[in-house]
Amino acid sequence: MGPYLLRRLLIALPSVLGISIVLFTVLALAPGDPFAEMALNPNVPPEVQANLRKQFGLDDPIWQRYFRWLLAMLHGDWGFSFISRVDVDKLILSRVPVTLAVIGASQVLALMIALPVGIYSAARPYSWFDRIASTLAFVGFSLPTFFTGLLLILLFSIKLDWLPFVYRADLAATGWDWWVQQIKQSIMPIAVLGLFQAAGWTRYVRSATLDVIRLDYVTTARSKGLRERAVILKHVVRNAMIPVVTLVALTMPQIFGGAVVTEQIFRVPGIGSLLIDAIQRNDTPVVMAVTFVLACLVIAFNLLADVLYGWLDPRISYR
Amino acid sequence: MQEQVLRALIDDVRAGRLSRRDFIGRMAALGLAAPLAASLLGGSDVARAQAAAAYKPSRRGGGGALKLLFWQGPTLLNPHFGTGSKDLAGSHLFCEPLARYDADANLVPVLAAEIPSRANGGIAEDGRSTTWRLKKGVKWHDGKPFTADDVVFNWAYAIDPATAAVSIGSYHGIKAATRLDAETVRFEFDQPTPRWARAATLQLIPKHLFEAYGGAKAREAPGNLRPVGTGPYRFVDFKPGDIVRGELNPSYHAPNRPFFDTVELKGGGDAASAARAVLQTGEYDFGWNLQVEDDVLRRMEAASRGRVVASPSGDVEIIQFNMADPWNELDGERSHPKSRHPILADRAVREALALLLDRKSVQGFVYGRAGVATANVLNNPSRLNSPNIKDEFSVERANALLEGAGWKRGGDGIREKDGKKLRLVFQTSINSVRQKVQSIYKQACARAGVELELKGVTAAVFFSSDVGNPDTYGKFQADLQMYAVGGRDPDPSDFMQWFVSWQAASKTNKWLGQNRGRWKSDEYDAVFEASERELDPVKRAALLIRMNDLVCNDHAVIPIVYRPSVNGYARNLIAPVSGWDGALSGIADWYHEG
Repeated sequence: MGPYLLRRLLIALPSVLGISIVLFTVLALAPGDPFAEMALNPNVPPEVQANLRKQFGLDDPIWQRYFRWLLAMLHGDWGFSFISRVDVDKLILSRVPVTLAVIGASQVLALMIALPVGIYSAARPYSWFDRIASTLAFVGFSLPTFFTGLLLILLFSIKLDWLPFVYRADLAATGWDWWVQQIKQSIMPIAVLGLFQAAGWTRYVRSATLDVIRLDYVTTARSKGLRERAVILKHVVRNAMIPVVTLVALTMPQIFGGAVVTEQIFRVPGIGSLLIDAIQRNDTPVVMAVTFVLACLVIAFNLLADVLYGWLDPRISYR
Repeated sequence: MQEQVLRALIDDVRAGRLSRRDFIGRMAALGLAAPLAASLLGGSDVARAQAAAAYKPSRRGGGGALKLLFWQGPTLLNPHFGTGSKDLAGSHLFCEPLARYDADANLVPVLAAEIPSRANGGIAEDGRSTTWRLKKGVKWHDGKPFTADDVVFNWAYAIDPATAAVSIGSYHGIKAATRLDAETVRFEFDQPTPRWARAATLQLIPKHLFEAYGGAKAREAPGNLRPVGTGPYRFVDFKPGDIVRGELNPSYHAPNRPFFDTVELKGGGDAASAARAVLQTGEYDFGWNLQVEDDVLRRMEAASRGRVVASPSGDVEIIQFNMADPWNELDGERSHPKSRHPILADRAVREALALLLDRKSVQGFVYGRAGVATANVLNNPSRLNSPNIKDEFSVERANALLEGAGWKRGGDGIREKDGKKLRLVFQTSINSVRQKVQSIYKQACARAGVELELKGVTAAVFFSSDVGNPDTYGKFQADLQMYAVGGRDPDPSDFMQWFVSWQAASKTNKWLGQNRGRWKSDEYDAVFEASERELDPVKRAALLIRMNDLVCNDHAVIPIVYRPSVNGYARNLIAPVSGWDGALSGIADWYHEG
């Protein structure tokens, strides 16, 4: 296990480096300019823009800028945003709590729906429950989140006037009042994201469970006289969960990356909206940092999924 | 009206022989609107009633929370770093300038005791300096007094290139800022300067907190993220790009202000849903810059929870002609300022193309309240609006002009002359409104035998200064292009510089030159230089109007609409927003009625 982990980590290093080179080059080659807005404002003379480009080192060749970035990164310096002039790591950290709360909650919601519904559907395939669950799942993942989001806003905010559709990270309230407001503003974004995710996962859990539930050892377990509950939970689910774990582990980086579209619709100040704002304003250091962290997380969770396999299925060995 | 007569009348008012009311009455009889007449007086040193907004609340606070929604959130709070109006919005809650512009583009004192003028000795006779007297008893939020040293410090802080301040541009031409005593500051200019108020509308930061963070260390100042100012609200919390919160400043220097106990400025999302949150659900009190189609806004207003208000500003949407040749290289450069456009160099063609723009339809079907049809490049403030240019749309006259200039229709209906087809490429940024205007214009041109090829460039490329990209508006490798010009300063001299020959965009200035049409007029250059030296506001206004007429009569550009800033208000919110200053520059005067 130990040598395996070490080897995997060593392999990851060049990939991370490669990713950073690709990201940096693509961003440097992409059109756009963080100071374009200034050029449109006649009250800011062009020399100001030229001076800023010089001060921020934007006129240097790409390779120089890359090595400067890499060197700073090795020292733990993530650079600063051209637009807000705040350190990038501070910007990202300020968005983490909200992202974790909203996206994390939606993933938990998705799991809480997908696991029981998927398993129950598989235990009684083609029953009424299964048919209804399948239909809803198809509807769920065919509707994109920007559509369901707007639909919910139209219904609950505009027609019924029950829920606010602007998410505020720091509510000016305390105690119970804070919880009530927090829950009211979180319902819609969490529901939109969670239900969309749950729809896909339900189908996945159902088919993974179906694969296992007809195997001979399950029949054996039943003929031993075990209760149905024990058969499903102890014998079926444990084996069925192996592919599901991969799937869930690989979507985990999303929690960090946020959900760009949904965050934009509900104005959730998460990392997704930070990324989209930075892209729109050509704020390269922020785009670079967020995408780089995402890439690293994908690598990390891949490794985690592989390690979890061994725990779920001791037959898998690490070499 | 003859300028001499006008000046004589103004002198009469100044000498007390004619009352202001009579003057305005006479001007009205001559067809000049009252605000215009008043501003003529204002610019001429006649003492005027202090333009104070009617502010009703009789005590400070008690207004509850004020919730503002900006679809582009504030990213920074140091006023010296703000690149656009949205960046200044956040700092307007906390930091204040010496003076600000009200909705009619008049200067209103904020931290100054009064606006300098010739009469009070604030403006030197030779135009080389201004003296500002500061308001007494103003305190920073941390209790330290606001003094002349702070004003001087702001100048020194901004002009250091290592600070990388955007405000350096506004301090341009100020040779020195000197403290005369604790409450008086003098700005000295390199040369006689008619635009003496420019730096005074910048918000100020406290010397005692920023002194240690000038130059290269500017980014490390804690005050960048936790601003301390003199403004009506004190800082509570800031998350860049997301939210700014403030609370009432109990020791604010203006009486009975502010009205609201807390203020919250939320950013993010898009303009349409911001409009919805203000007009339809009433979640927010104020929605900034609602760039949404007008009929959508009208449908939302039907909920009668809020209303839309357009405040005049200097922005104008134009179609610009390329006077240089975009299709052939000269000295290895397309659109070289020295080259001549094979078709558009002919004034008759430009005039015909100007006649083909149906501005009324553009306003009626595309812009609504967000754009007012105009044939002038200078529209606001109204004192600079030229009466000499007519808005005309006539396909017949355009046809006749082209026929007269020798452009005959070919077999395919497209005009040609000397083997050249009247085929032009018309580019703009990708934006649904602009694409609609492009197609309206294309149809009208087709009726006159002019074929337009429409080109859309993504805004990030079109407006960038990327020297490697051929599709930027600076390189202008097309025949016509459309974008918004103008700006927020009521004094349009920066904007008028966009037509002088030495600003022609070219390889030598990395296409950062602001005369992107490469239009050249010796007379214009001369009038511009004269206006930069002219200290008399009335004569200067006449020069600016002359420049507008030169640009419009020679058809360097086709003005389309001028674009007021359009904001959404909750039903009971009284908020004097000026299109000439940051949207929140007058936040101290905002209140709820009823």
